Amino acid sequence: MTTKVIEVSKIAKRYRIGGLEPYKAFRDTLTSFLKNPFTSKKTAKDSKVHWALDDVSFDVNQGDVLGIIGRNGSGKTTLLKVLSRVTSPTRGKALIKGNVAALLEVGTGFHPELTGRENIYLSGAILGMKRKEIKRKFDEIVAFSEVEKFIDTPLKRYSTGMKVRLAFAVPAHLESEILFIDEVLAVGDNNFQKKCLGKMENASKEGKTALFVSHSMPAVLRLCNRVILLNNGKLIKDGPSNEVIRSYLESEMGSTAKRSWNNFNEAPGDDIARIKSIQVLNQEGVNTETLDITKPFSVEVEYWKNNPRSNPSALLSIYNQEGICLFTTSELIHDEWKKQPNESSLVKSTCHIPGNFFAEGQFSITLILGSFNPNLAHACEKDAVAFQIVDKNDGNSVRGEYANEWAGVVRPCLQWNTKYEPLKKQVDCIQ
Amino acid sequence: MDLKKNIPMLKTTEQIQIKPSKGWVSLNLKEIWKFRELLYFLTWRDIKVRYKQTAIGVMWVLLQPLFTMLLFSLIFGRLAKIPSDGIPYPAFIFSGLLPWLLFAKALTDASTSLVSNEQIITKVYFPRVIVPTSAVLAGVMDFLIASCLLLGLLLFYGIVPNWNILALPFFVLMTILCALGVGFWLCALDVVYRDVRYTIPFLTQLWFFGTPIVYPSSLIPDQWKLLFGMNPMAGVIEGFRWSLLGKEDFPFLIILSSSITVIFLFTTGLYYFRRMEKNFSDII
Repeated sequence: MTTKVIEVSKIAKRYRIGGLEPYKAFRDTLTSFLKNPFTSKKTAKDSKVHWALDDVSFDVNQGDVLGIIGRNGSGKTTLLKVLSRVTSPTRGKALIKGNVAALLEVGTGFHPELTGRENIYLSGAILGMKRKEIKRKFDEIVAFSEVEKFIDTPLKRYSTGMKVRLAFAVPAHLESEILFIDEVLAVGDNNFQKKCLGKMENASKEGKTALFVSHSMPAVLRLCNRVILLNNGKLIKDGPSNEVIRSYLESEMGSTAKRSWNNFNEAPGDDIARIKSIQVLNQEGVNTETLDITKPFSVEVEYWKNNPRSNPSALLSIYNQEGICLFTTSELIHDEWKKQPNESSLVKSTCHIPGNFFAEGQFSITLILGSFNPNLAHACEKDAVAFQIVDKNDGNSVRGEYANEWAGVVRPCLQWNTKYEPLKKQVDCIQ
Repeated sequence: MDLKKNIPMLKTTEQIQIKPSKGWVSLNLKEIWKFRELLYFLTWRDIKVRYKQTAIGVMWVLLQPLFTMLLFSLIFGRLAKIPSDGIPYPAFIFSGLLPWLLFAKALTDASTSLVSNEQIITKVYFPRVIVPTSAVLAGVMDFLIASCLLLGLLLFYGIVPNWNILALPFFVLMTILCALGVGFWLCALDVVYRDVRYTIPFLTQLWFFGTPIVYPSSLIPDQWKLLFGMNPMAGVIEGFRWSLLGKEDFPFLIILSSSITVIFLFTTGLYYFRRMEKNFSDII
């Protein structure tokens, strides 16, 4: 005897590419209208659209904890946004029975000038709690967040950890029947994450229905009884957690450090050049997402060159988590590239990156195939692959034995010269 | 994992239907009512935050209109010698300035409110109407405080309001609805075109001089009264003076045409807003 509480049928969501521009000025609309007053806005712009969700259908029964997995940009977050009514679908419909709490971000609506106490009320109200409900659970929320002492201090004086704990404590006490959660466990320290996972496990035992988006396969495996896998906005697989997760990890989709296209016609690019594959390899030549900070590694790019007269080359731009481009590198100036014969071919280029160069953290690579004179970008694959640099803290890295935060976007191991000259006697300090 | 053991029955009968939004939508006022507590909290937040980390805090609510009134009395009353229908100029101007300041502040805050609340709009669902409405209501608080100053000023000049004062809430309501109506239009436009925020200072300035605040409406020739009353704030200011300063003849024509304009602005604004709101989180 199960009740369907969520029925999603053929939901699709279209975004216009270029919708990323910060905002439209009225002038732009006006000038584009003046230039061609007879084409409507739709036909002029429809050529560049992106289907973030493409006819996704599934049902969720009451008490299900459904995991949603897939690589970045596969449409997981968009799906939650549509279901939580933050944005409306382009096509299709969905029916949800019961009250919903959506948690797309921790600390939604927090205001830095308000105190912890005030923020609990504000954030609770934004998440859909009634004032009475917040009042009743206030002490519990405070205890969960472990910020009792600072509850009447403005939030701007909180440490990041305290903010995160408070931010999660509020939604953890929601009483809704259906929960949508987007990767919120990625924050906070280990202890706190465990606490949150425990809280969510309880919720699922109480028979609450939840949709849970995550990149953490262990968390999904532990919490969810069923998983759906999305890829490029399409629902690829739907089934018991362990089965879907296994097939996801076995497929290339599971690794963020490798992508490949087997078919020329489907690969990103134009008639002149297309990307075949890109992968991150460690010192031993094994494809991996996690790299040791002290060890060199390489990025291997394969691409098709389909026009003998032009000379496309690969460019890599490396971005850190804050979206800062650390550098762009190209094979262009190297002799091996220059010596290529002018014929259609499959090109394999490897870029070698030294150890002790990146700081710890997450990085993503944007791959561009370009040719110069005339300047053309044949392919541009944003966030093509991603990798993670970790420091084992064994004393061999730049930080030595120091275990706390180490500033800087790069972490080169530079040469230092130290000279010394003994003093005749100790210098007296002037207090 | 077997979770199916003790599943309680579904408590609510609440159903949410998700569909693409097309064409005109219903206003769905019931839903707005359901979210009234959020409206309260957002208003409360705006009021709380406004004077945080200021030395004299809420005193600013009194000082701002006070200084404006002194400045205007000096320039328009003393130097330009603009007539004020026999009422002491400071009292005359302050009774017009107060609703105007409420309106201008509410309008400015409402117009930029959606963009400044982008954070929650892209993450949580609620009727978006709540955002500009809370911005307007937060301004009402300032107005109420500054009203005490006005009463003091009237008594200082020996003006004791008569029963007309009972009509005052109606004119306050008109101001709020007018700010909401124009605010709905402008903030929905501001989501798409950030040009809006740059035009608001000009708009309010122009509007200020088109409204009988520093001059009496008796300066306007009779044949233009109806057109003049199309400016909803003209009716509001006239109404304020009528109910506070104990004028005898009720400025019926101006208030009527102002009320009609207010109702028109409010309903069209609300409809336009509701129509646009489903796309806010994608465009903002």
